[in-house]
Amino acid sequence: MIELRHIQKTFDGGASYAVFDTSLTIARGELLALIGESGSGKTTTLKMINRLEEPTAGQVLVAGRDVLEQNLQELRRNIGYVFQGAGLFPHHNVARNIAAVPELLGWSKEVIEARSREVCALVGLPYDDYALRIPSELSGGQQQRIGVARALAARPDVLLMDEPFGALDPITRAGLQEEFRRIQQELQLTVVLVTHDITEAMLMADRIAVMQGGELIQVGTASELLNHPAHDYVTQLMEMPRRRAERLERVMRAAE
Amino acid sequence: MNPVLREQLLLLPEYLQGHLALTFAALGAGIAVSVPLGIIASRSPRIRHPLLATVSLIQTVPGLAILALVVAMLGGQIGFLPAFIALTLYSMLPIMRNTVSGLEGVPADVVEAARGIGLSPRQRLWKVELPLALPVIVAGIRTAAVWTVGMATLSTLVGASSFGNYIFIGIQTRNLTAVTVGSLAAAGLAILLDTLIGSLQWIAERRAIGVGLRELRRALVLSISLTVAFAVALLVTLKPAPKPDFVVGGKPFTEQYILASVLADRLTAAGFIVDQNIGMGSDVIFDAIGAGTVDLYVEYSGTIWGSYMRREGNPGREEITDITQAFVRERGLNPVGLAGFQNRYALAMRRDRAEELGIVSVQDLAPLAGILSAGGDLEFFGRSEWKRLQSLYNLDFAQELTFDAALMYTAVEAGQVDVISAYSTDGRVAAYDLVLLEDPRQALLSYDAMLLASSAAAQDPRVAAALAPVLGAIGDEAMREANKMVDVEGRPVSEAVAYLQAIIDKSK
Ligand SMILES: Nc1ncnc2c1ncn2[C@@H]1O[C@H](COP(=O)(O)OP(=O)(O)OP(=O)(O)O)[C@@H](O)[C@H]1O
Ligand SMILES: [Mg+2]
Repeated sequence: MIELRHIQKTFDGGASYAVFDTSLTIARGELLALIGESGSGKTTTLKMINRLEEPTAGQVLVAGRDVLEQNLQELRRNIGYVFQGAGLFPHHNVARNIAAVPELLGWSKEVIEARSREVCALVGLPYDDYALRIPSELSGGQQQRIGVARALAARPDVLLMDEPFGALDPITRAGLQEEFRRIQQELQLTVVLVTHDITEAMLMADRIAVMQGGELIQVGTASELLNHPAHDYVTQLMEMPRRRAERLERVMRAAE
Repeated sequence: MNPVLREQLLLLPEYLQGHLALTFAALGAGIAVSVPLGIIASRSPRIRHPLLATVSLIQTVPGLAILALVVAMLGGQIGFLPAFIALTLYSMLPIMRNTVSGLEGVPADVVEAARGIGLSPRQRLWKVELPLALPVIVAGIRTAAVWTVGMATLSTLVGASSFGNYIFIGIQTRNLTAVTVGSLAAAGLAILLDTLIGSLQWIAERRAIGVGLRELRRALVLSISLTVAFAVALLVTLKPAPKPDFVVGGKPFTEQYILASVLADRLTAAGFIVDQNIGMGSDVIFDAIGAGTVDLYVEYSGTIWGSYMRREGNPGREEITDITQAFVRERGLNPVGLAGFQNRYALAMRRDRAEELGIVSVQDLAPLAGILSAGGDLEFFGRSEWKRLQSLYNLDFAQELTFDAALMYTAVEAGQVDVISAYSTDGRVAAYDLVLLEDPRQALLSYDAMLLASSAAAQDPRVAAALAPVLGAIGDEAMREANKMVDVEGRPVSEAVAYLQAIIDKSK
């Protein structure tokens, strides 16, 4: 569904690369987690998929067609994007934020409202309570969830999500992760999920892509990465959950 | 009601309409031009710098100079158009600058989100960037509105009526009531507009953070009712003025106001519809009569000789009238004749001081000049007449001080200076008991009052008939007395006009 062919991105004319020679294929209905240190090029990679950034070199295909050959606006309207930090329109209330893409696609008012109710329920925020609220009246986590609802509203086949659950409390986050994974599988959505959280990646993703310093150092299922790490960083990353679990257990035992 | 105040308030509708029309037209044009330019500038850094620099440059030119330049560029056209253009130019900076900074202030992540969900550049502009930049843009419009209301008062000087008419005519005729009415009216209008646009700004600010229109009902009602009030004011005052047959012009000082009224009344009595357009500068009015936008005014032979012809020397009174009349005729203007008096420069002293020193003429002054101080108006010491005076009489004063004309008279009266460059028909000459010193060597030019007409006016025999009684009828004494009534005694211009009309009628 999405294919990256040797894409590169430099912001300084080649002195350094935000993304360097990266190739990756994401199948239809697959959820791929993109994980890596801060500044490793995750957001840049994601943006190159819907042409928010243009690759300096390489090719991006979505649904088998080079994105450069597709109508830019159409391409973007058919790809849901959850921005790192929500990116809601501050001058529109929740209802209008969610309705943004469906409106562009010319859906009728009734259809838009019905769909908005669905996606709001999905992210756990009752439409009737939130529709008329404005972004500045929402908490960071609520804004993030509205950002997810907005990305889902127009029923896109492809979703690009940049740390969509980062600002949520652990319980809400766990609930949302499960719920999202359920509908993703049900609707066969193709998803690239950027995250810092290896547990999230392991629990949700079909495959995990690990980036470091702009390069893709390994791609595979959680068990592949656990059993055959190709890189020290991958080893460290994959051990994290277990190490933490052990430490937690010690803390909990001491507390008993 | 105080008759002077009443006389002024009767003029309010006309001036209000002029002021409102100018302000709204210029502000509207300013917005229509500056917002799109600001949008373009914010898109392209290469255009932004030169564009903003140009507009800032316009802003640094004094308002009066902009007006004069626009009049010159329009080939001497006066009235609404040049004032409108100048005001529009002036309103551009705050609007354009705020448009640019408003658009630049839209958070980058919001713009990126707009791109990311698939808004086209145009949709981005209209749905996201402009609504978010609007509070800043409206703030710029608010600044521009207050500036425009203020600067519109200057348009009086290029012949567009506004509250400035009150102020300029008031200053020149020492009519404090008029100055006060004009200033309060302009200030009131500025405050009103500021409030109106301020409420729109408030609404735009709320809208930009997503507050619904329903919650903004009170502010909306306020701004809509203010707007309606403005519209009503415009309509009420917008009685379709009959198109005048002729326009009588005048420069901005008392004598000209009186004479313009005298001439206008004569033409009105002859059955013409006449407009008065008073307060234009010398160059503006001379061009205007050539262009036919003013039909009649009183010019002075010495002014034509020195300022327009730039001639040096003094061939004598008759020569100067002949030569200057021939000159204006060549320029396509039509000299109707002389009024009778001349308003020339003359050195003047307090009578007691002159007698004490035994001074009758400039000749007597020369040997004593080393212990005397002289006061001149703003331009006197820069004129060639002053240089001629110095060289012909070997004059060298201990001190030369420059004053505003009004202060110059106060200074000689108070003994701060001994000699001043008085105007021969100035009412204050008599009021302060000054003597005009004789000028046997004819250093100072003659300034015969000359009626100049446009071709349209000159071709109409009824105009000539209406003006005939005026020619030669107003002597130095009469003019000085009329000026004194206004300048010294503080009586309304209309009384001085009546006084002169009586003299003209008697001389028939
Ligand atoms: N518009 C830009 N101009 C210049 N450099 C940029 C730009 N966007 C990103 N970069 C640089 O590219 C590199 C990768 O940035 P990117 O945003 O993709 O990182 P990330 O992996 O998403 O990090 P984080 O986890 O902190 O969000 C960084 O070094 C960043 O400074
Ligand atoms: Mg990022």
